[in-house]
Amino acid sequence: MNIFGFAQQFFDDPSRWTGPDGIPTRLAEHVEYSLLALAIAMLIALPVGLVTGHTGRGGNALAALATAARALPSFGLLVLLTLLMGLGLIPVMVPLVALAVPPILVTTYEAMRGVDPSLVDAAKGMGMSRSRVLWQVELPVALPLILSGIRSAAIQIVSTATIAAYVSFGGLGRYIVDGLSQLRYEKVVGGAILVAGLALVTLGLFWALGRVLVSPGVRRSR
Amino acid sequence: MNFLQRFFEVPSDLQNTWWGLILWQLQLTLVPVLIGLALALPLGMLCARFRWFYPPVLGVTTIFYAIPSLAFFVFLIDYTGETSLTVEIPLTVYTLVVLVPAIVDGMRSVSEDTRAAATAMGFGTLRRYLQVELPIAVPAIIAGLRVATVSSVSLVSVGMLIGNEGALGNLLSDALNYHRPLLAWDAVLTIAVLGVVLDGLLVLARRILTPWARKAASA
Repeated sequence: MNIFGFAQQFFDDPSRWTGPDGIPTRLAEHVEYSLLALAIAMLIALPVGLVTGHTGRGGNALAALATAARALPSFGLLVLLTLLMGLGLIPVMVPLVALAVPPILVTTYEAMRGVDPSLVDAAKGMGMSRSRVLWQVELPVALPLILSGIRSAAIQIVSTATIAAYVSFGGLGRYIVDGLSQLRYEKVVGGAILVAGLALVTLGLFWALGRVLVSPGVRRSR
Repeated sequence: MNFLQRFFEVPSDLQNTWWGLILWQLQLTLVPVLIGLALALPLGMLCARFRWFYPPVLGVTTIFYAIPSLAFFVFLIDYTGETSLTVEIPLTVYTLVVLVPAIVDGMRSVSEDTRAAATAMGFGTLRRYLQVELPIAVPAIIAGLRVATVSSVSLVSVGMLIGNEGALGNLLSDALNYHRPLLAWDAVLTIAVLGVVLDGLLVLARRILTPWARKAASA
């Protein structure tokens, strides 16, 4: 049987759509872990990226930090923390947050650095205070790039939240991990399709978010 | 000493040594990155030259990037079995996704004056590409390679879930099964150090390949 056959077998099963191991439940769990991790990562990375980018200091330290965080294997971190702390939400969240912080941090810094200095000068010349310059000029101009950083972080979180199932958590990874150990290939394929679909939906959501949030003036000039 | 010995001791069921796992990890990482680079260079050149070509390429690669590594591995098992090829193909695609935009940005950073000067000196398109545009784009390409390489090193370990194809990642299943945190420390630290070392080598390569950048900075 090929992938399409397995997929049909998975999605055609009516019992797949209800209960604690049903698709709606697993999908909701997956979204829940992903949103929580993204929120924590944004709380950490956005302020740091905004401030360092605004002042233009600490760029090298930031780049080194991002490389180090990127080099940490998410899956290894998950297993290690689970062994050290026991089963729990923290061992699942730490690797996801560590994964999401570098892209948000680096693009936010770059976005703030990349704001045309003559714009900032013009705003100051118009008598804007420093905080108004930050919130009403630099941030809107930097927003498209900042959003792209959050987008790649979100997609990586959605992809990687799959591994939570390896330490007995829920989410869509449940189907993949269970399917692999039970040698039930239709579950593996079904889970993989759902995760990939969720990642693509995330991509679409960020595209829509960009249409809504980015000021038309900034969009036109790009 | 005893502790150090245990750190480098690999459980016998993996049928490998610590150094063997490292070599395996490097192979699973570097083969995809090199193939990805070989594919991205011509593709990036085409995208930089023909502007209409870039948006569709960018769209397709972004969608590929959204496919989770584990899901990608699983789709491929059907065709390539539980082999290293199953790990290497997705990593090649991810490398391509990171590198193509980096190369296009690098090529576009070549100023029109430079290009015109090369043409005036009688450079043909291919020679101008190889001897002028490519060297100027090196810093941007290396920046892309750093992201691709470091991410690949840590993604390889997920291969453990599909028939123990995860090199150092295979230590993780033993760590959980035998409840030996030391093995997990071993995997995490070794992979992280490998990533940082490879990153450092790429920075070194950039310095060697772009000697003019240092001269300009010190002048």
